[in-house]
Amino acid sequence: MSEHEYVPKSKAAKWFNDRLPLLTLGAHLTDYPTPKNLNYWWTFGGILTFCLITQIVTGIVLAMHYVAHADLAFASVEHIMRDVNYGWLIRYIHSNGASMFFLAVYIHIFRSLFYGSYKSPREVIWIIGLMIYLLMMAAAFMGYVLPWGQMSFWGATVITNLFSAIPLVGDSITTWLWGAYSVDNPTLNRFFSLHYLIPFLILGLVVLHIWALHVPGNNNPVGIDIKKPSKDTVPFHPYITIKDAFALLVFMIIFAGFVFFTPNVLGHSDNYIPANPLVTPAHIVPEWYLLPFYAILRSVPDKLGGVILMFSAIFILFVLPWLDTSKVRSAVFRPIYRQFFWILVIDVLMLGYVGAMPAEGIYLVLARVGTIYYFLHFIVVMPVVGYLEKTDPIPMSISEPVLIGGAEPSLARKVNDKV
Amino acid sequence: MSKEEKKVNRRDFLFTASYTVGAVGVGAVIWPMIDQMNPDKAQQALATTEVDISNIEPGKSITVLWRGKPVFLKRRTSDEIAEARAVKLDDLPDPQKDEDRVKEGKDEWLVMLGVCTHLGCVPLKDKGDFNGWFCPCHGSHYDVSGRIRKGPAPTNMEIPKFEFVDSNTIKIG
Repeated sequence: MSEHEYVPKSKAAKWFNDRLPLLTLGAHLTDYPTPKNLNYWWTFGGILTFCLITQIVTGIVLAMHYVAHADLAFASVEHIMRDVNYGWLIRYIHSNGASMFFLAVYIHIFRSLFYGSYKSPREVIWIIGLMIYLLMMAAAFMGYVLPWGQMSFWGATVITNLFSAIPLVGDSITTWLWGAYSVDNPTLNRFFSLHYLIPFLILGLVVLHIWALHVPGNNNPVGIDIKKPSKDTVPFHPYITIKDAFALLVFMIIFAGFVFFTPNVLGHSDNYIPANPLVTPAHIVPEWYLLPFYAILRSVPDKLGGVILMFSAIFILFVLPWLDTSKVRSAVFRPIYRQFFWILVIDVLMLGYVGAMPAEGIYLVLARVGTIYYFLHFIVVMPVVGYLEKTDPIPMSISEPVLIGGAEPSLARKVNDKV
Repeated sequence: MSKEEKKVNRRDFLFTASYTVGAVGVGAVIWPMIDQMNPDKAQQALATTEVDISNIEPGKSITVLWRGKPVFLKRRTSDEIAEARAVKLDDLPDPQKDEDRVKEGKDEWLVMLGVCTHLGCVPLKDKGDFNGWFCPCHGSHYDVSGRIRKGPAPTNMEIPKFEFVDSNTIKIG
């Protein structure tokens, strides 16, 4: 938060700002003191905002041509692809945009895990972020149903049937979700309605996410509390905006690479077959960003148990700030946790891989090992390592390691040499 | 003064009454919003289907759509019936006699929902380790009576309500 009170220069601006202090908000966002050592892992907040806006804009346009009816949906998507001017481009941006959105959100989440951004005083930012992530998964799932291809239909069937595992009321809940006795036209209609709604809920949560962020300010790679503003901070504009803009440009190049050169590589060819309630495709696979959870679901040889474990895998993240007992935020100064962090990354990637493979043989074994480790990491490793670990000395300020030596001797030495 | 505060007075009554009436009102508005998502009259109207079974040879099966879900109608051979009845109930995760899954006197006709009880995929016929059905989604094996034998599905494939209208026609629902 900037210390000085903002006063608009022109009389008209002052008149308006006295009535609605939008200019004060703008000034706050511009001057917002940001740690000067933020690295490129911190650019994904801006990238994610871009992704959300891209999905909303392309989605609104697609809704002008799409028909949410079981008999017409598939054909209307093909109509978008073949007849609508630039329809192919807009749809490919929207469908690949979902993947890019998740790619960015996973990097954003793992950045938070590495640098301890979820820890006090930033628990609420973390929890709002997870709520956004849950809504993203719901939006992506429902969006995948809309083209009404084979994967749409059977993905919807499998996911909605997860609720039938609930004892006693499971079947009633599933029927209620469907609005029919199977996935059918009423299901498609309501999924379209909700798919349109959720991005705006996400937008609202993003505002809260950023608001909550601006109370304590950004965490940083060193993970220490800093004075704001001070020589450890720079104004958000132009320092962070230009860095974010450069990262966004690189991200957009990758995005465009998918859209223009391999627009279907992340999808499944079965979804170009119209939905058929009589035939299930041989391999039902969710989109790549849900695969780790799918692997956890399939690793349990019990219906209810699998469903409970899969949801637990997400909900355990909500209590993460209280499972982590370490006082030190950044893994840079946590030699033991740092290694477990990378094991977790490998574990989640492995779960994603086996989630795409048939649930048998070695894949099933790997899925079980991966699932057990995933939960061990949060329930055992995080509390125990935080308690036992001998952390490296942390610097007093961001400037310290450079100016007077500290955690990074190589940098300190360089400065000393000059002197 | 503190004595007076502790006493239940007319204002407390008004608060409680207002909250109660308010809660009933909110509930009365929310319930239609929830119930509108349940199957509508048009969906409920599709509740029965009649099937002509005169063309099905022994050992063959057909699949029909009932309420948007596939229903398997299998005319079983006497070998298959014998195989289903030879299974010990102790070997079944969801113990149920084959006799209880068919109509008495019409033992050759197995009529069941072709929906895997795990997560709702359609199992493939004549596949799996038990000469019955196999669900490709998550690997559930069903026997020749449609009973779960191996895999994540919790229960046997469901038998819908059905009746023989005459010797060639089955009414499902």
